[in-house]
Amino acid sequence: MSLWEYANPQKFTRTASALLPYVGGLAALCLAVGLGWGFFLTPEAANFGSTVKIIYIHVPAALMAINAWLMMLVASLIWLVRRHHVSALAARAAAPIGLTMTLIALVTGAIWGEPMWGTYWAWDPRLTSFLILFLFYLGYIALWEAIENPDAAADLTSVLCLVGSVFAVLSRYAVNFWNQGLHQGASLSLDKEENVADVYYQPLLLCIAGFVLLFVALVLLRTRTEIRARRLKALIARERMG
Amino acid sequence: MELAVSDLACARGGVPVLEGVNFTLAGGEALLLRGPNGIGKTTLLRTLAGLQPALAGSVSVPPEAMAYAAHADGLKATLSVAENLRFWARIFGTSGIDAALEGFNLVELADRQAHNLSAGQKRRLGLARLLVTGRPIWVLDEPTVSLDLASVALFGDAVRRHLDGGGAALIATHIDLGFTARELDVTAFRAAPRRLDAFDEAFA
Amino acid sequence: MIALLVRDLTLAIRAGGGFGLGLAFFLIVVVLVPFGVGPEGEILSAIAPGILWVGALLSCLLSLDRIFALDFEDGSLDLLATAPIPLEAVVAMKAVAHWLTTGLPLTLAAPVLGLLMNLDPAGYSWLVASLALGTPALSMIGAFGAALTVGLKRGGLLLSLLVLPLYVPTLIFGAETVGRGADGMATATPMLMLAGITLATLALLPFAAAAAIRINLR
Repeated sequence: MSLWEYANPQKFTRTASALLPYVGGLAALCLAVGLGWGFFLTPEAANFGSTVKIIYIHVPAALMAINAWLMMLVASLIWLVRRHHVSALAARAAAPIGLTMTLIALVTGAIWGEPMWGTYWAWDPRLTSFLILFLFYLGYIALWEAIENPDAAADLTSVLCLVGSVFAVLSRYAVNFWNQGLHQGASLSLDKEENVADVYYQPLLLCIAGFVLLFVALVLLRTRTEIRARRLKALIARERMG
Repeated sequence: MELAVSDLACARGGVPVLEGVNFTLAGGEALLLRGPNGIGKTTLLRTLAGLQPALAGSVSVPPEAMAYAAHADGLKATLSVAENLRFWARIFGTSGIDAALEGFNLVELADRQAHNLSAGQKRRLGLARLLVTGRPIWVLDEPTVSLDLASVALFGDAVRRHLDGGGAALIATHIDLGFTARELDVTAFRAAPRRLDAFDEAFA
Repeated sequence: MIALLVRDLTLAIRAGGGFGLGLAFFLIVVVLVPFGVGPEGEILSAIAPGILWVGALLSCLLSLDRIFALDFEDGSLDLLATAPIPLEAVVAMKAVAHWLTTGLPLTLAAPVLGLLMNLDPAGYSWLVASLALGTPALSMIGAFGAALTVGLKRGGLLLSLLVLPLYVPTLIFGAETVGRGADGMATATPMLMLAGITLATLALLPFAAAAAIRINLR
């Protein structure tokens, strides 16, 4: 029993269909409890007011925006090395989700930034990095859409994902160098003591778990859709050949 | 110096067109590929030239032995005939373009810019490129398109001289080139239409 | 390899366009900016490093799609791929030819345009140095983008979308060098970063670009 068995499209589709209700349900549960807890049952912070509660969407979305790209990078590498089509389609499926997460992080950030910093947008390193990440997602998706041959598209987007990852990291450092911004440090980290206070921390973890599960569910769903679309194409081609 | 193809399968746009292709081509030999339009001759030649991967099977050929010429001649309109040829001679590390100019009756046109050539003259220049590559195995895709009868004869002579010199030629063509050669009808290797690539097969 | 470089340069010179168009575009960008932001010398000198770098970057972008598209259309790319020169070298040479026809003239013309933008006198040497060091990276990254989109009918806009985010680090360090130089601050860090980016792209991207071309040819 090897993990690569799931690279078989049929097996993947069956497994994904079986898993989807559970993952989706668990995601809904985590998000409902986490967001409810975070929005209604936590005290208002003295210096931030109620606006701080947007972190329950902002932080998980920002995390997933980056992790979606990492997942695409891994899936692209698997496609380039092992030529499993499902892997390429999973990378393709994850891109619009990552794009949406980036957009959510940017928009919630802007909404939060207005009362906090008095502006919707500032050319702060973190904000700027996310804007660049947004452009990377757009380019990646546009390249997938532009190329007709699915294998060539998978190859070229994988190469772009690899090169883009290097440049994304480079941009992150360049932007840091360019402007030391006003964004606070990471909200979560394992080695730092000054994390957000515990009352906010627990629902936040739950929300992050919810977003991760939501991402997994959406990737499973969209990959299944991509596989079916590809199969449809294959069947149409077969029909034409008589 | 031999080109040996065994059990080769190749695809166009993800759809297999030919499979089980077998043949060998030794020095001094020419092989004419026949078959109707769209059967996959171009795909086969591109696969042999290494421009696209084979689905299955193997091609054994000495390294850097093949010279490929396709429908497009790879000419630069603003370069003269001689400059175009000299460029390819330098790329292939050979010297002297005079034999190529003479072989395809291009001496008088040597200083003319390529965009002032007729379609047939361009084609002749494209074929003259084969002579400056110095490579023994010619892989040609419809080399006689837009050539007049005299030029076809010129091309036939060039191929014959190439074969006499120990070279080999694999030519996809529909017309009679004025010399006798083995023929291979690729229709026999047509891939079964129901088979798509392995990935799509796994779906159905 | 040298033959390829010579041919590309000859083609660029004979076809016109190559040198002139990018430079003219650079001039247009720089001339338009003062009309947009007003003629005050102080504002102009404050934004000069950025505008000059953005202008150079956009001019570079203008001619990127021609790096491989012409050779793809007339079949030369097929023939080059079957030639004894490795495709990686072909890509590198094409990038060098692109730099010689766009990056180098831009670098040489930049001081004149710096004058128009009221650039601080201390910034001129840094402007030329940073462009000389950074524009090769722009050409190489652009060649990679062009390789990705070479098979596409309307690849121009997509090419810009793919390449622009990749240009961000080069632009930041390039403009930062000029800005710091003009303000009389230390420029070693951004200069070294710029040099690092250029050397790394020249060393690694030819492989990625050649892989992309092989995929597009099959």
